[in-house]
Amino acid sequence: MYGFAMVKGLLVTLKNLTRKPFTIQYPEERARQHPRFRGEEFVWYEERCTGCASCAKYCPLGIIKIVTSPSESAIPQGDKYRLEVFDIELQRCMFCGLCVEACPYDALFMGSGFEQGQYSRKNMVITIDQLRNAEKHPSTWFRPQLEGYEGEPSSGRGSRSIAQGDSRFTYDPRGGPPLGWREVGREGWRWHQREKAGMRLDTESAEQAGAGDE
Amino acid sequence: MTIRTEPMTVNVGPQHPSTHGVFRVRITFDGEDIVEVEPVFGYLHRGTEKLAEERNYVQVVTLTDRLDYTSSMINNQAYCIAVERLLGVEPPPRAKYLRTLTAELQRIAAHLIAVGFFVQELGAFGTPLMYAFRSRERILELFEMLCGARITVSYMRPGGVFADAPREFWPALDRFLEDFEVEFAEMEQLLLENEILMIRTRGVSPIPPEVAVNNSVSGPVLRASGVNWDWRKQDPYDAYDQVEFDVPVGSHWDNYDRFWVRIQEVHQSLRIIRQCIEQIEPGPARLELPLVLRPDPGREAYGRVEASKGELAFYLVSDGGIAPYRCKIRSPSLINLTIIEELLVGWKLADMIVSLGSIDINMGEVDR
Repeated sequence: MYGFAMVKGLLVTLKNLTRKPFTIQYPEERARQHPRFRGEEFVWYEERCTGCASCAKYCPLGIIKIVTSPSESAIPQGDKYRLEVFDIELQRCMFCGLCVEACPYDALFMGSGFEQGQYSRKNMVITIDQLRNAEKHPSTWFRPQLEGYEGEPSSGRGSRSIAQGDSRFTYDPRGGPPLGWREVGREGWRWHQREKAGMRLDTESAEQAGAGDE
Repeated sequence: MTIRTEPMTVNVGPQHPSTHGVFRVRITFDGEDIVEVEPVFGYLHRGTEKLAEERNYVQVVTLTDRLDYTSSMINNQAYCIAVERLLGVEPPPRAKYLRTLTAELQRIAAHLIAVGFFVQELGAFGTPLMYAFRSRERILELFEMLCGARITVSYMRPGGVFADAPREFWPALDRFLEDFEVEFAEMEQLLLENEILMIRTRGVSPIPPEVAVNNSVSGPVLRASGVNWDWRKQDPYDAYDQVEFDVPVGSHWDNYDRFWVRIQEVHQSLRIIRQCIEQIEPGPARLELPLVLRPDPGREAYGRVEASKGELAFYLVSDGGIAPYRCKIRSPSLINLTIIEELLVGWKLADMIVSLGSIDINMGEVDR
């Protein structure tokens, strides 16, 4: 019968008319932001940075500029350099997060904000002072130690056991307090310590260690 | 009295809301009939192949996101497979499953866009498209949970994926699958048998199988032309040899079949995702590879996947350096666009935009 399918289609429209809207009114309401969100305003911990410029070398666009000079007080583990310039040209950044992936000392983190609009390109360059003084709300992108559960980052469990797990986020970059440099490193992380002590970590013992935590 | 008529040439695009990006077609009309079609592209050329030659192998992953920006996960996958073949390494099984799962989620998102815009170009302004975008939004949210970005994901890396899925991903995926079943059933109820849609698309612009094959067309357009050809079946990569799915094939070769094949593929993608959730095992999600990869000089590799638009392939040549010596991208949209003449000539102006929508081109991929 002609028109029957259209009536069926209109029923769908009617059903959606009575539904709660899916959209949210942005400035008043905010969507849930996931901890791995790669945001603006990079989080940088000067205490952890050695000035190795791995991030600058690994950036696909070359927008990180680092100038260092040898420090007077070299720490015994390696040459500590004093950083003079650490500029990130945010206006050209594509937030791929490769600089964070390249950082071997957990000194650089993706930020978690997204509202850094500026009227001038000049203002989009993050300088070293801004990085020093910014509130540190690091994203958990490539930093599994922040994700709130310990265990080898790639060990994971079978999906069945995870499905029963906690579905809330354990770490909230925006809602929580700013993190200091001592709290963000992977050295406090159990598998890291054990690996440092020369023990090979197999998946099973990680499972047991993880089970003990919960 | 006789009226003197002459053909008229009209430019459609490059700034046209329905040409899927900055695409221009010069069309010669005889009244309302199309007699000549000349596609002009290159407006979105960004030189991805050349840019890839001066970036190292991992950095190129971020460029592949920007090829077909509606299916970045699958672009990542194609590129990573090419690099892995270049290096001669195999990712761990969990990484393979995670890739398959995210690629299928991305395929659903891309097909939702294709279906939504196809119907919008028929004149159903807004409603079905917004339903499609509502479901797509949930997928993008899952991607944000996985890798911190919605469109430019850069989730995969040569040797696996950048990191395992967070713990909250799995319950969120289950919830999405539950809701999406209902939402997609509604979309089907709204669209599949709609008389207006049937009248406008049934029998319009058929592409016979031999024309499709001769023009090297791939993807849903080829399958709608009645050719059972899917690289996930023909040359299984990642975990596709572990999962079961069917390949929907069209029988009328027309616009409606191209739309129908995409709808059916969403169902098959859901099947694959369910099987991946069943089969995935704990384990590492990434190979331990150095940050800067140096494949042996003189090696060549071809990584090929079935992207949402068709066969997407990366051809990489190494000269032993840290960047590819040559990176050739075989993009499905560009090759699918070559049938535009067979698709449009002889049909009316009103069907032109619809037929263009039915082959689902993406200019980011055509111009690269």
